Amino acid sequence: MAKGIRRRRSALLTALTGIVLIYSLVPLVWLVLNATKTQEGLFSSFGLWFDDGRFALGDNIRQTLTYDDGIFLRWLGNTLLYVVAGAGGATLLAVLAGYGLATYDFPGRRGVFATVIGAVAVPGTALAVPTFLMFSRLGLTDTPWAVIVPSLISPFGLYLMWTFTREAVPAEIIEAARMDGASELRTFYRIAVPMLAPGIVTVLLFSMVATWNNYFLPLIMLRDPDWYPLTLGLSAWNAQAATAGGQPVFHLVITGSLLTVLPLLAAFLLLQRYWQSGLAAGSVKQ
Amino acid sequence: MRTYPRRRLLGAAALATALVLAGCGGSDDDSAPSSGAPVSEADVRAALQKGGNLTVWAWEPTLKQVVAKFQQAYPAVKVDLVNAGTGNDQYTAVQNAVAAGSGGPDVAQIEYYALPQFALGKSIAELGPYGAGALESTFTPGPWASVHSGKGVYGLPMDSGPMALFYNKQVFDKHGLKVPTTWAEYLDAARRLHKADPKAYIANDTGDAGFVTSLIWQAGGKPYQVDGTTVTITFADSGTQQFAAVWQQLISEKLLAPIVSWSDQWYQGLGNGTIATLATGAWMPANFTSGVPAASGRWRVAPLPQWQAGAKASAENGGSSLAIMEKSGNKALAYAFLRYATDGDGVQTRVDNGAFPATTAQLTSPAFLDSKFAYFGGQQANRIFAESARNVAGGWSYLPFQVYANSIFKDTVGQAYVSATPLADGLKAWQDRSAKYGKEQGFTVK
Repeated sequence: MAKGIRRRRSALLTALTGIVLIYSLVPLVWLVLNATKTQEGLFSSFGLWFDDGRFALGDNIRQTLTYDDGIFLRWLGNTLLYVVAGAGGATLLAVLAGYGLATYDFPGRRGVFATVIGAVAVPGTALAVPTFLMFSRLGLTDTPWAVIVPSLISPFGLYLMWTFTREAVPAEIIEAARMDGASELRTFYRIAVPMLAPGIVTVLLFSMVATWNNYFLPLIMLRDPDWYPLTLGLSAWNAQAATAGGQPVFHLVITGSLLTVLPLLAAFLLLQRYWQSGLAAGSVKQ
Repeated sequence: MRTYPRRRLLGAAALATALVLAGCGGSDDDSAPSSGAPVSEADVRAALQKGGNLTVWAWEPTLKQVVAKFQQAYPAVKVDLVNAGTGNDQYTAVQNAVAAGSGGPDVAQIEYYALPQFALGKSIAELGPYGAGALESTFTPGPWASVHSGKGVYGLPMDSGPMALFYNKQVFDKHGLKVPTTWAEYLDAARRLHKADPKAYIANDTGDAGFVTSLIWQAGGKPYQVDGTTVTITFADSGTQQFAAVWQQLISEKLLAPIVSWSDQWYQGLGNGTIATLATGAWMPANFTSGVPAASGRWRVAPLPQWQAGAKASAENGGSSLAIMEKSGNKALAYAFLRYATDGDGVQTRVDNGAFPATTAQLTSPAFLDSKFAYFGGQQANRIFAESARNVAGGWSYLPFQVYANSIFKDTVGQAYVSATPLADGLKAWQDRSAKYGKEQGFTVK
């Protein structure tokens, strides 16, 4: 914050911000409140307050973790696997490719640029069916690879890293490193990566959220509940209520959803400081 | 098993449609259907002894115990039971596997209404060569008719849903209502109940394809006639007219609670007396027990109200079969599993765990008929269900593209439930759009 600017209060802006704040927080508040209720409590109590006299959060968490032989933990493990391998891999590839494209001049760079920009515009959902048929030919459907491999590609991340590298890593510094005899790899690791940290964290967060929340791709790729990520698993639990002979477990779906968003919240809070410092980079002309 | 259409990703629905089309377009490619060469009982027994692996896609909860006992009895067989989604979700997965040519199961649970679609698309095997034709007397007439497509048998009935009227006795007693025996009395009870308590409704209904077709079925309507690839669709018959006349009044007078079945609100309504009756299949008790435990003792079962006073007609609502995929590499073993689960020892296992059978042996056994439901105040409800199973009206058939037809129900008939569109117009629109789709798929539609 620049010191010279006097902060002015605007009642209108405050009110608007307040509305947006409430709008974003109400679902989360609802989730937290209702995770404390039993299934009967869900039906009989007001949605935005606690159930009188019954606080079942601990019991709900225990049930969520143990229901159906603890399948929730398996789904959590699967999601972590997809996030670490998928989002981690996507970030790594995006950083390498973005840096490479920004730093080196080679024939066809404009073509690559056009392809990447085009790929950003294509929604992943549109590619799901062709991807499914391809993976089916390879015999990879219903395996973790079917979720991890498509997650590795992040055109948006690549584009972001490319732009970020151009702004954050001056060509002079790389030139200087070369003059001092550093190899290209060493230049990348020791000079560029530290400067790119905010961008890397941004791409990592984006891919993490995308992979963590991924629903459609695993939905068509996976059949076996043992490989489900949390999103599919919770949806399967929800579907039990609509199945003859199935057991409705609305309270577990809600508690499970709460447990599912916690790691993402934690990731944002932990990585936030890296992120904030990066957003403004390149926005001011030197 | 009955499942109601739930809100789905539009994308998923689009995918299903796309692949159905793809599947139909190239259906007579590679591997010719294996029907023809008969497989003897001895071959099936030999397959059991030899063993092997079977993949079964099913969402029916009691199959878990059946598979466990099956593997105990035949240690050489390893069954991989996979819940690949309920109803439509699973059909999409099956269609995808068929279109892709690999990755499908050996055995799939398929609801009766969806079976003709898979049979005609040749994605499931005809069971005639395995001697399934001899099982006619094993199953009750409704489900047995439902596993046929043309003359062929394409699945074995796993469960059934002969319809009955579940009603909240506490609500009925409180307002001095008589249990309706005809749909006219039902309409009358609906008016009196809602007048006495504006918060209470005779039933919830936001438009459901399975329910509408079941009631037309009960009324003796035959809107769908199928003869090979020639299909007749008409909602002009008297059965449909009778249904539409009563339901139009229930809708126009706002006597139906606007609550979506299977939602949390629905379970709540069944528990707190907002929804006073539920006309549905005999598989419902298990759901009452697990989903509405608080209302235990308040509900009772009565025969389904009639269209003609004194009649005893009934219909099926829901229920599903087990079918063998045409691509399965071990059909003899798959058939052995089908037999075990649908008319062997598996049936009793499933009944013990709360499923409603499709076998005459169970439906006539004194132990089954005499069992008392604590949930229904000690009532011997199976007597009513078994009676209903015997009285299922004959001659009903679903479309060979019923999954698609049901998917457009909301856009057509469903409009009558949420707007001023008359039910008759909605049915006409449903008929027209179903016919159009049938033609596009290469059927001769009359």
